[in-house]
Amino acid sequence: MDQLTPIVSLRNIVNRFGEQLLHDNVSLDIRAGEVMGIVGSSGSGKSVLLRTILGLHKPNSGQVLIEGADITSMSQRALIQVKRRYGVTFQHGALFSSLTVAENIQLPLREYLTLSQATLDQLTALRLEMVGLPVSAATKYPAQLSGGMIKRASLARALALDPQLLFLDEPTSGLDPISAAEFDQLVSYLQRNLKLTVIMITHDLDSLMSTCDRVAVLVDRKINVDTLVGMMSHPHPWIHDYFHGVRARKLTHSSDQGAAHGT
Amino acid sequence: MGRAQTIEIPRYYEVMRISHSAASMSTMLTIEQQGGMALLQLSGRWTVEHLHDIEHQLQAVTLLNNHVLQVNCTALEQADLSAMWLLRTTLFRCEQLGMDVSYPHGMPPHFVFLNELDQRTLSNPVNPEATLLWPEQVAATLGRHAVALGHNAIGHLDHLGRMIHANLYALRHPKYLRKASIVRHTYEAGIQALPIVAMIAFFVSVIIAYIGASQLRDFGAGIYTVDLITIGVLRELGVLLTAIIVAGRTGSAYAAEIGVMQLNDEVDALKSIGLDPIEVLVVPRVLGLLIALPLLTIVADAMGMAGGALLSNWLLDISIPQFVARVQDALAPTTFWAGLIKAPVFAILIGMIGTYRGLQVRGSSRELGRLTTSAVVESIFMVIFTNAIFAVIFVELKF
Repeated sequence: MDQLTPIVSLRNIVNRFGEQLLHDNVSLDIRAGEVMGIVGSSGSGKSVLLRTILGLHKPNSGQVLIEGADITSMSQRALIQVKRRYGVTFQHGALFSSLTVAENIQLPLREYLTLSQATLDQLTALRLEMVGLPVSAATKYPAQLSGGMIKRASLARALALDPQLLFLDEPTSGLDPISAAEFDQLVSYLQRNLKLTVIMITHDLDSLMSTCDRVAVLVDRKINVDTLVGMMSHPHPWIHDYFHGVRARKLTHSSDQGAAHGT
Repeated sequence: MGRAQTIEIPRYYEVMRISHSAASMSTMLTIEQQGGMALLQLSGRWTVEHLHDIEHQLQAVTLLNNHVLQVNCTALEQADLSAMWLLRTTLFRCEQLGMDVSYPHGMPPHFVFLNELDQRTLSNPVNPEATLLWPEQVAATLGRHAVALGHNAIGHLDHLGRMIHANLYALRHPKYLRKASIVRHTYEAGIQALPIVAMIAFFVSVIIAYIGASQLRDFGAGIYTVDLITIGVLRELGVLLTAIIVAGRTGSAYAAEIGVMQLNDEVDALKSIGLDPIEVLVVPRVLGLLIALPLLTIVADAMGMAGGALLSNWLLDISIPQFVARVQDALAPTTFWAGLIKAPVFAILIGMIGTYRGLQVRGSSRELGRLTTSAVVESIFMVIFTNAIFAVIFVELKF
């Protein structure tokens, strides 16, 4: 497949809740193999946009193309086929609390495939190994895990069916900076080695900096896409504040250096 | 990548093809054997959708008795991590069996990545219980249940102690008596339960009266139906039915309410503000129930008597004034109190078990369901068990 063919493509998405217009003709192309960060203020509709791409929310108008197929006009049966090709992690992990970590990871495999328990155990061990969880975590329940382990277990479940497309909703929220940096490294590492396409919603400027190839900013019901360096000089006041605010100063500093090295 | 290459395959004297189903046409493992050497030829799509076929096809590989195993992946159309992991695990097993595995045409896809991953040493998750023999398992299960039972009993006692302490403290210091909360729980456990309690007491009493009348009439002792109803309803049925309904309605509500608060860390939040959850959550509920249950019992008694009177009137031609006169004859001074005195005891039992189970919830939604269920089951059991003890005591005391 051509590297520049979009794997996910939003065409003129309109989302409206009552009087409130959330997305006004939003279009976005995500290329295979890239990491796209989605940012925006609280209430700007990032989560609704993600739910629209996932097929969990039907937009008022517009199309969502995943690998060229429009999921907004698809039958439920066809949509299920699309859904098993991507992995999602939710903000709070959304691990099934009545299942162990191993059972959580095996759930998609059991649902779609008929495999022996030995094979399932082997595949579970692989997923745990991939996300850096110890074997002892397999028999634990989500309530017994730390925040960082929940995020990792959730990622392991998202990767259960070897998806090419991965959606992460605030993957580093609620983690300490060290765990967050480790999780970013993990995502980058897996993305490079498995040639994944990653779409992540994040507020973590460090995450954007370290993992994302391009950034999509949702502001004023529209989407602006550029590389991180390009975003730095975007004229829109909110975007300017976002990347030049107090919390962003350190980032601005280091990315200036990065840009200098790059040129 | 992605293109199927045609490669020259030398003519070996033995060719074995394994295919299990139509789907396996897309996933192919060809094993060509020549003396001490076996050539594994992978082709097609080795992806997660075909894992079932891959699993079966790989099983044959470990059964080979050749010394040298050559793996050729050049004809692979598509390969993902899961399939390659299974292949790698199988080849490892072959190496353990003494085979010499080599990759003359290059490493299979993902193997480099998997080797890198493997530096963090890991083995398959083993469930330790599965390795126990069955007598050990039985002993382990019995032991675990016995220990749990002991903990459970101690926990209940501990909770009872705390509850009594907090209740007495609140009663001595009315400032700590949360009146709004007590009223709310009295309303929810009492007033809102009125329709169901009244209806069930009425209909159960009708059933008793009907069966009693149809039996006693044959002896010409139809009038004794009134005695049966009076003593049955006032001493036992009124309070027992009410307690069972309240255990189902309110006991479960207490367990679920406090359980969800526990899951949301609200109980910890209370503690961190310096409030005692027993005082804030348990005392108002138990006191609310302590007020509501006796009142509900009186309503149930009244409705039961009404049901009996109506049925006697209709079936036995006993007029209402006759019924009332007969009831006055049948009533001992203690009959009504023998029923009502049990209500506060049942209220404390139900309140205690419901709130205790709620506070025990930890971590998961399944715990919440399990403990709510056990709150109801235990309350009903304890109500009936205590009722039996009361019956024995009353007989001994001629009460």
